[in-house]
Amino acid sequence: MSSHSHHETEFHTHRDTLVNALRKVLADDALLYQSEDLSPYECDGLSAYRQLPMVVAIPTTIAQVQDVMRICNQLNVPVVARGAGTGLSGGALPHAQGVLLSLARFKSILNIDTDNRSATVQPGVRNLAISEAAAKYRLYYAPDPSSQIACSIGGNVAENSGGVHCLKYGLTVHNILQLKVVTIEGELITIGSNALDAPGYDLLALMTGSEGMLGVIVEVTVKLLPTPERAQVLLAAFDDVVKAGSAVGNIISAGIIPAGLEMMDKLSIQAAEDFVHAGYPTDAAAILLCEVDGTNEEVSDHISAVREILQSSGATEVRTAKDDAERATFWKGRKAAFPAIGRISPDYYCMDGTIPRKHLPTVLKGIEDLSSEYGLAVANVFHAGDGNLHPLILYNANVEGELERTEEFGGKILELCVEVGGTITGEHGVGMEKINQMCVQFETAELEQFHAVKHAFDAKGLLNPGKAVPTLHRCAEFGAMHVHHGELPFPELERF
Amino acid sequence: MGLNINEDISQSLQERVSAAMNSKTALKIVGGNSKAFYGRETDGEILNVSGHSGILNYEPTELVATVRAGTKLSELQQALSAQGQMLPFEPPHLGESATVGGTVATNLSGPRRPFGGAVRDHVLGVKIINGKGEILHFGGEVMKNVAGYDLSRLMAGAMGTLGVLLEVSFKVNPVAENELTLYRNCSIDTAITTMNEWASRPYPISGGVFDGENLYIRFSGSENAVEAARKKFGGDELEDANNFWLRIKEQQHAFFGGDAPLWRLSLAPASPHILLPGKTLVDWAGAQRWYKGEANADDIRQAAQKSGGHAVMFRGGDRDQAFQPLDPVVMRLHKNLKQAMDPNGILNPGRLYAQL
Ligand SMILES: Cc1cc2nc3c(=O)[nH]c(=O)nc-3n(C[C@H](O)[C@H](O)[C@H](O)COP(=O)(O)OP(=O)(O)OC[C@H]3O[C@@H](n4cnc5c(N)ncnc54)[C@H](O)[C@@H]3O)c2cc1C
Repeated sequence: MSSHSHHETEFHTHRDTLVNALRKVLADDALLYQSEDLSPYECDGLSAYRQLPMVVAIPTTIAQVQDVMRICNQLNVPVVARGAGTGLSGGALPHAQGVLLSLARFKSILNIDTDNRSATVQPGVRNLAISEAAAKYRLYYAPDPSSQIACSIGGNVAENSGGVHCLKYGLTVHNILQLKVVTIEGELITIGSNALDAPGYDLLALMTGSEGMLGVIVEVTVKLLPTPERAQVLLAAFDDVVKAGSAVGNIISAGIIPAGLEMMDKLSIQAAEDFVHAGYPTDAAAILLCEVDGTNEEVSDHISAVREILQSSGATEVRTAKDDAERATFWKGRKAAFPAIGRISPDYYCMDGTIPRKHLPTVLKGIEDLSSEYGLAVANVFHAGDGNLHPLILYNANVEGELERTEEFGGKILELCVEVGGTITGEHGVGMEKINQMCVQFETAELEQFHAVKHAFDAKGLLNPGKAVPTLHRCAEFGAMHVHHGELPFPELERF
Repeated sequence: MGLNINEDISQSLQERVSAAMNSKTALKIVGGNSKAFYGRETDGEILNVSGHSGILNYEPTELVATVRAGTKLSELQQALSAQGQMLPFEPPHLGESATVGGTVATNLSGPRRPFGGAVRDHVLGVKIINGKGEILHFGGEVMKNVAGYDLSRLMAGAMGTLGVLLEVSFKVNPVAENELTLYRNCSIDTAITTMNEWASRPYPISGGVFDGENLYIRFSGSENAVEAARKKFGGDELEDANNFWLRIKEQQHAFFGGDAPLWRLSLAPASPHILLPGKTLVDWAGAQRWYKGEANADDIRQAAQKSGGHAVMFRGGDRDQAFQPLDPVVMRLHKNLKQAMDPNGILNPGRLYAQL
């Protein structure tokens, strides 16, 4: 992408110098530098952005990671960590003059401590593999991003990933205990502990969601939770998205925190239904999927309460999954929503804003207006319980200028989220993609504070340069005005 | 909705911090002074934040409350309770004057912590004054937010050494429909094992304590869920259970009496009982052990570390060494962070560690 050139972050070490140094610490098959070998690493899940790295390093031991970091630090070479490459914000986009450090070979589950209900795993372990390994002890790892069959736990920590169950069980940051991290100087440190807290600053929180900007995660200890005795899901159809939105508020006002509470709009319902035949009501304007879990008794109590609330909130139909198979089918449509959209459009672009839920009608209306303005269709998938909105913009990259229009449209959606008091990213991260919108969300002094924190860990700026936090220069170029608190473009909206 | 919003004094606080930054004068940040005993001592000019108070925005259906740091914790809890909601971390007040700012700065959480999360888990956003006298916002009022580094949670437990808290947005939760506390007499070893066995099963547990005599388990949930737990767990129902949990959380239980130093050991929850001269109260279903006794500080710290955690000299011992020493590389990163947030080292210097 021309608009994302690395002009701000140029480095000048010659490839041969780097390769010669790395050869001393890595086996032949752990070091790639021929362009045909590099191309599988040229992008992450946001394939609109592509860049070949200078070198790919695929170490197998922590000591090798430390060596790679020491060499890069010494030679002044940038390092971009990569887990499974499913990220959706270009966080693992390589640097042209740098090392792409793949953690793909760190695949072992090191220990499952059933007494203390934790698992210690290497960073390349897939999210779902942890729950699979813990299942025989009737334990599981709660955060479940839709990409869980593929994404790595290291990537989850780096992005603070969420999932459809995070309203009740929290995000990655709430479900990890300890990290081992290699600093840019090549030192190995332990952050957090096996207890519920650790002395000093909460570096565990700071490291979570830091997008590979502060260190490389080489080991993760996660909390495991007891598998609920039972889970039950309800599907409710609505003839109006706004009604579906208020149903969400009504459930929460009743004192029930569902395990999952997801909304899909008409276009997503139809696409998902065509794809996986989940039996979704395709004439509905919106559906809500509401899962409650816990003990048998708790689920029975809550499921009838939720059913009543959905009905009194104007649902045209409420179905309860009759068994686990039907429950899986209800979820299948939601979990396959992204690929389902991929079938009906040559390309799609996934946004990730979070808003205070009460502003849902305003934001959906705003998106609809922008959609007609840009002539691009949008399907909305929504982690409704926690206000995290995923509008999917449908476009065709082969049509000249359409990607640029899509990006602009996407940027406008994120700005709209900020205007109503929300954020530009709920779980996918800033990466390379939303770097300009950071200028909208934060003031100069706040961005400077972020840079100072980055400097505390990485004074030379070698870890994932150019991502996550824009330089002030970049913001000036982008020309974005921070949306000042109290001077909102939507003064009629009640905020307090 | 807002409640009891007093005059906004953030600007005068900011001016004080800026002036202190320029003259390199240390500031001692004070809220309600209820936790003045906790941690190391700092002796700068007093910066009193308690006047900066009020509940700025509380939206029960959004599960979010934004509060000025000087607001009394009890006032916030009353407002939540009027809507059937609560702070899920059950914060100890340790004094009537406790404020929201002090609650976040110390990151102390009550018995619900292993099930409901800690203070830091519920901080969604903050407004602070950093050591340069700049007013900054991080995070916000939404549940999920990964824009920028998580500097909001970083404030929790930082003891005011990284910024003066002006406002905090919390995630709040509904209060459970029913609660029940069951107890039975047993040994400390049996209590630790039993708590952990129960916590490994999908029951609606919200507290696990052993007070030297009895094991207490609290259940919170729907009526039928709590009743089912009663049948499975057995034991006797504790009358006046709210008062029991309050006395544990506020350290008013008889265990906490007497002059011996009080230590807080934070451990992997199933760790066996650590034998030290004195007595132990188990909280957090095993993950937090209160130890009252005269054992040598190094022995206590080593034992805690062996059990996967650390020890804090909570009250009555050598305040200079309140917190477990850090690994040298981790300490270097701490110093760098302090430098990044408070370059002249004026905010509560030495309150957490001598070097910060
Ligand atoms: C179909 C689909 C559905 C998705 N659904 C969700 C969802 O429901 N919720 C959600 O939150 N996300 C979702 N995602 C996004 C993505 O899966 C997550 O962000 C995931 O955590 C990325 O993990 P990864 O291993 O693929 O990381 P990568 O993409 O490889 O890397 C992501 C970032 O983490 C850094 N990183 C990776 N490993 C390390 C490490 N060991 N140390 C330091 N930094 C590291 C990288 O530098 C990069 O900045 C989805 C993606 C797809 C394609």
